[in-house]
Amino acid sequence: MSTAIAARAARSPRGMVLSAVLILAALAIPLFANGYALEVLSEAWFYVLLCLGLNIVVGFAGLLDLGYAAFFAVGAYTAGLVTLKLGLSFWFSLPLAVIAASIAGVIIGGPTLRLRSDYLAIVTLGFGEMVRIAVRNLAVTGGASGLVGISRPYLFGYKLDTIGSYYYIFLALALLAVAASHRLENSRIGRAWKYVRSDEDAARAMGINHAAVKLSAYMLGAIFASIGGCFYAAKMTAIAPETFNFNQSLLILLGVVLGGRGKIPGVMLGAIVVVVAPEVFRDIGSMRMLVFALSLLLIMLLRPAGIWPERWRWG
Amino acid sequence: MSEAVLQLQDVETYYGQIHALRGIGFEVREGQVVALLGANGAGKSTSLRTISGLVPARRGKVTFAGQDITRMPAHRIAQLGLVHVPEGRRIFKGMTIEENLDLGGFCVLSADERRRRREAAYAMFPILAERRHRDSSLLSGGEQQMLAIARALMAKPRLLLLDEPSMGLAPILVQEIMRTIRRLNEAGTTVLLVEQNARAALRLAHYGCVMETGRIVLKGDAASLAANEALTKAYLGA
Repeated sequence: MSTAIAARAARSPRGMVLSAVLILAALAIPLFANGYALEVLSEAWFYVLLCLGLNIVVGFAGLLDLGYAAFFAVGAYTAGLVTLKLGLSFWFSLPLAVIAASIAGVIIGGPTLRLRSDYLAIVTLGFGEMVRIAVRNLAVTGGASGLVGISRPYLFGYKLDTIGSYYYIFLALALLAVAASHRLENSRIGRAWKYVRSDEDAARAMGINHAAVKLSAYMLGAIFASIGGCFYAAKMTAIAPETFNFNQSLLILLGVVLGGRGKIPGVMLGAIVVVVAPEVFRDIGSMRMLVFALSLLLIMLLRPAGIWPERWRWG
Repeated sequence: MSEAVLQLQDVETYYGQIHALRGIGFEVREGQVVALLGANGAGKSTSLRTISGLVPARRGKVTFAGQDITRMPAHRIAQLGLVHVPEGRRIFKGMTIEENLDLGGFCVLSADERRRRREAAYAMFPILAERRHRDSSLLSGGEQQMLAIARALMAKPRLLLLDEPSMGLAPILVQEIMRTIRRLNEAGTTVLLVEQNARAALRLAHYGCVMETGRIVLKGDAASLAANEALTKAYLGA
């Protein structure tokens, strides 16, 4: 598989050079950017991770998910509970978050295997709300005020407590997510996702286990969000249930659809747009969200398959 | 007489409240082409979908190669070598011909073996070989049907279920598809063929079953069915 990727990269040296330049630019930004810009860009990288995770479910496997923030919450609360309640190092929360997210992915994926489109949307929306309401009402998760005082982790002896360090953490996570998405897309399971997405019955009739294929999409998507959630908790040091509401799920989905579901660079672009655009429009004050909404409408009218769509035909 | 590779006993299938199959039974022997005939809505496609596990049977028993597959999930049945080419060809538009073939070989883990089978499919359908890297939606209806069959052959099926392969094709292409099916059969693949085009199907088949409202109303070898006057009137329009 890696030979196939290398072969394709060799076929487009321009793409390679462009990626290298962009990565170097992203690495250099903290040398001159101010705290505010770093804050916004860290969030943009964080959304690249989340959107690429959701893209596995929505883009690669073609399943609608309106409750994706729940998996983000699973990661954030795992990190909070591991450090505050168990008193363990932050780094223990990563493997636990992966396990918790896999279980959550199966919980949402299992009952929804037979559902399609609108029905799937409603059930996933319900799941997202259930997780938020559960952490809001449980004593161990701190109720409505959430968990406060999550300690900052150390990496190679350095305490991760500046915005610059989180900028690099989220940039690294975003790049890892891009690499993982590429590997997954070109893997056996990635092809299975596309076959099931295009025609579930034809795929089953050719020997593809559609249940396992869909569950793996939910699980892998959940793992992306949950790892992101761990680092989000470390960066914020405080987490509350309202962060993981329906709007959050919708914003992540917006990044995926806006950018072009299924297309990795498209989804990255979409994620950056949903974070950066409202900040660009900040100067216009109260009209900000209106202008943001109108520009989204315009993009979807002019580019219905997303800003940078997949070659694939939907339907 | 060769042994039965597929056997149905009193199979009943429902779509919700609708009783689509009302207890059907027949068998397909190794090396045969069996035609399942009947009007629209008689339950022919439902029979195939029940056999391949895409819809569950409510009652009865389906046996494939001596194994009870009534409750087996569709992908497991396919892995046993019972491959279903659904109605309407269902090729993956937007994917190349090669990518379509690779779906058929999805359960073949070795890339070398997949390539060998692809080459065998191209040898059988040279028209596909010429366009292997082209988008499959650019193929004509007949070529798409060829691709759907070639895709199924990638799995080296022991029994091939074909649902209306002649649908929507010009008469000359119908003949070509039927010739292809005969070639496959002569090469050793057993075929269960659903057709509205009863005349073409009976020319090819060894044995036929005629369905009406979820039941099998007539069975027999192809020659006697083709000579049956009532049937000829009802389905062959002559």
